[in-house]
Amino acid sequence: MTTDMYFALVLLPLAASVVAGLGGKRIGDAGAMAITIGGVVTSLLLSIWAFIDIAVLNGSSVEAELYTWISTGTLNLSFGVLIDKLTAVMLIVVTGVSAMVHIYSVGYMSHDPSRARFFSYLSLFTFMMLALITAPNMVQMFLGWEGVGLASYLLIGFWFKKESANLASMKAFIVTRVADVGLILAVLTTFAVFGTLSFSGIFPSLDTVAAKDYVFFGHSFPVLELIALFLLIGAMGKSAQFGFHTWLPDAMEGPTPVSALIHAATMVTAGVFLLARMSPLFEHAEAVLTLVAIVGAITAMFAASIGLVQRDIKRVIAYSTCSQLGYMFFACGISAYSAAIFHLMTHAFFKALLFLAAGSVIHAMSDEQDMFKMGGIRKYLPYTYPLMWIGSLALMGIPPFAGFFSKDFILEAAYATGGDMGLMLYIFGTAAALMTAFYSCRVMFLTFHGKPRASKEVMHHVHESPWVMVGPMMFLCVGAVLAGWLGHGMTDTHWWNGAIYIAEGHLLGSHEGLEEVHHIPLLAKFAPLVLVLFSSWVAYWVYIKRSDIPARFAKAVDPLYSWVMNKWYVDELYDLLFVRTARALGLMLWRRGDENTINRFGPDGMAYVTTRGSEALRRLQTGYIYHYAFILIVGVMALITWFIL
Amino acid sequence: MLSTVGLTHYLVVAAVLFTLGVLGIFINRKNIILVLMCIEMMLLAVNINMVSFSAFLHDLAGQVFTFFILTVAAAEVAIGLAIVTVFFRNRGSIEVDDTNMMKG
Repeated sequence: MTTDMYFALVLLPLAASVVAGLGGKRIGDAGAMAITIGGVVTSLLLSIWAFIDIAVLNGSSVEAELYTWISTGTLNLSFGVLIDKLTAVMLIVVTGVSAMVHIYSVGYMSHDPSRARFFSYLSLFTFMMLALITAPNMVQMFLGWEGVGLASYLLIGFWFKKESANLASMKAFIVTRVADVGLILAVLTTFAVFGTLSFSGIFPSLDTVAAKDYVFFGHSFPVLELIALFLLIGAMGKSAQFGFHTWLPDAMEGPTPVSALIHAATMVTAGVFLLARMSPLFEHAEAVLTLVAIVGAITAMFAASIGLVQRDIKRVIAYSTCSQLGYMFFACGISAYSAAIFHLMTHAFFKALLFLAAGSVIHAMSDEQDMFKMGGIRKYLPYTYPLMWIGSLALMGIPPFAGFFSKDFILEAAYATGGDMGLMLYIFGTAAALMTAFYSCRVMFLTFHGKPRASKEVMHHVHESPWVMVGPMMFLCVGAVLAGWLGHGMTDTHWWNGAIYIAEGHLLGSHEGLEEVHHIPLLAKFAPLVLVLFSSWVAYWVYIKRSDIPARFAKAVDPLYSWVMNKWYVDELYDLLFVRTARALGLMLWRRGDENTINRFGPDGMAYVTTRGSEALRRLQTGYIYHYAFILIVGVMALITWFIL
Repeated sequence: MLSTVGLTHYLVVAAVLFTLGVLGIFINRKNIILVLMCIEMMLLAVNINMVSFSAFLHDLAGQVFTFFILTVAAAEVAIGLAIVTVFFRNRGSIEVDDTNMMKG
C-alpha cells in the first residue's frame, strides 16, 4: 500500500464533506449522499487494506509526511500519517462504523429537509477523527481532537430550531473545552520539555527526561507525571469520565445516527485512544496511572447506576456508553491498554448497533423515546428485535458475543493485578457489569416485551425500518458477534508490535503476566458471568412477571431512588458552583467593568467630550466680519510681536 | 529742522490712516459700505507707506507697485459694491449686524 493511499484514506471524507457542504444546493440531496457515502466507503475499503497490511500480515508501521505544516525555529510540524497497529485497529472502527452510519442515515433522515448539510457534517467528523487517529504528532492530534469536538457540536445542534438541542450542543462544546485546556497544556509542556512534538521524537527520549523536574514559577514538578495528568484531563473530557460526563447524556438531543457514530463508537473513545497512544509516557507516571484507574472505576459504577432508572431509551444507552468508557479507562489504569483498545473495538460495534436499533425503534414509534410508552412491539420489528438483543447480550458480556471477551478480560486483568487496587477495580467492575445487565434487560423488556403501552394511533403506525437501515445494523451485528473471537489476539501486548508500550514490571508487560490473567481462580473468573445472569433474571422477574415491583421498590427506597434519578445531582452541583458564579461574575464585569468603566471613560466618554467641546467651539464662528477681522489683527500682532521680540 | 517734512511724518500719517481703517471695521455696526471704505483706507495707508519709502530709498519700484494696488483696489471695490447691492436686494438691509448668516 502506497503512502498516497493512506493520504487518500484520510482526505477523501474531507473532500466529500466540502463538496456536499458547499455544493449541496447544486448537486442535490441525492448527490450529496452519494458523494459522502462514496468517500467514506472508499475510506473503509482502504482501511481494511491497511489493516490487513499492517495488523494481519504484520507489516511495519508507516510514517509519511503530506506537507510541512508549521516550520518556525525549533518547531517543525508536518501534516501526515502514522499508521501502526493501534491506528489500524482504530481505522477499522472509525471508518466501519462511520460508513454504516452514513448508509443508515439515508433511511433515518429521509424526511429531513437539510440532508446535504447532515451528510457533510458526518463526513467532516469522519475526516477529523481520521486526522486524530493517524496523527504523527501531538498538534495534528490536537487539530483532530478539536475538529471532532466541532463536528459533535454541529451535529448535536443539527436540529437548530429545537432550543434543547442548541443548549445541549453548547453544553457539550463548553464542557469538553474545559478539559481541552488540559490537552493544550500537555502539548505545550511536552514541547517545553522534549523540544519536539512528534511521537517518534518524544518516546525514545522518555527515559532521559523521566528523572527531570519541571520548574515553573519557582515550583518544581515531576515532568512526566505533570504531562500525563494534563493528558488525563483532556481524555476525561472527551471520554465523558466522571466529572466531565454531564455533556454526554444531553448530547442525545442530536439525531440518533449521530449518537451511534460520535457519542458511542468513535469520538468518545478518543480519550482511550489518547491514553493508549501515549502509553510509553503513562508507563513512566505511576501516580497518574492510579488516578486513571480510579476515575475509570468510579465512572463505570456511577454511570451504570444512573442507567438503571432512566426512562429515555437513548439516555440509558448513553449512560451505558459512559460506563463502558469507564471500563476502558480503568483497564488503561492497570496498564492493560491492549484490553482497553480491544474493548473499545468490540464496544464500538455493539454500542453502535444498539444505538442504530434504538433509532429504528424510535423511528417505528413515531419519535417516542420514553420506554414506558413502548412495549409489545417485537412482532412488528422482526429484524430490529433480534439485532438489538444481540447488541444487548454483547453489552452484558454473555458468551459468545463480543463484549464477553473484552469485558471479562478487563475484569480478569484487574483481579490478576492484585492488591487493594486490583481487588477494588474488580469489585467495581463486576458491580457495574451487574447493573449493566439489569438495565440492558430492562431496555429490552420495556421496549419489546409485555403489553403495548403506546396509544392506538402510534401502535397502528409501528413498522419495520427499510433495508437501508436494517442492512448497516446487520453489518454491525456481525461485528458484535465476531469481533470478540477475531480480536482476541489483541490482548497480548506483543501483538501490537510496539504501538503500545507496557513497562516490564507491569502485569501485561510479559507473557507470564498474560498467562496469569488467564489462570485466575475459577470463582473470580465466573463470578461476573453468574452475577450478570442473575441480574438478568431479576430484570425479567420484575419487568415481565411482577411489573408492579419496580414502582413499589422505588417508593420504598425513595431518597436513594431520587438521588440516582437526578443523576447524583452533579448537574445541580455544577450549576451552583460554576454556572451561577460565572453568570454572576459575568454580570458584574458587564455592568461594572464594561458599562461603568470602559464604556463610560472610553467610547461614551469620548463622544460626550466631543459633543460638548464642539458645542462650545461652535460659538467662535459668529458670522460677524468684525469678529474675524479682530482675531486676524490680534493674531498678526501677536505673530509680529513674537518675531520682533 | 522743525519745518522739514520727513519720512517719519508720512509714516505717522499712514499709521493713523491704517488704525482708523481698522477701528472703522471693528466699531462700525451699521453699514457694510463703511466696511468697504475702511478697507480702502487701509490700502491707501499702505500705499502712502510705499510711496514714502520709494522716495526715501530712491527706488521707483515702490511707486510702480502703488499703481498696481490702486488698480486692484478699484476692481475690488467694484466687486464689493456689486455684492452689497445684491445682498441688499435679497435681504433688504446692509446692516453689519444682519450679515451673520454664516454663523455656526
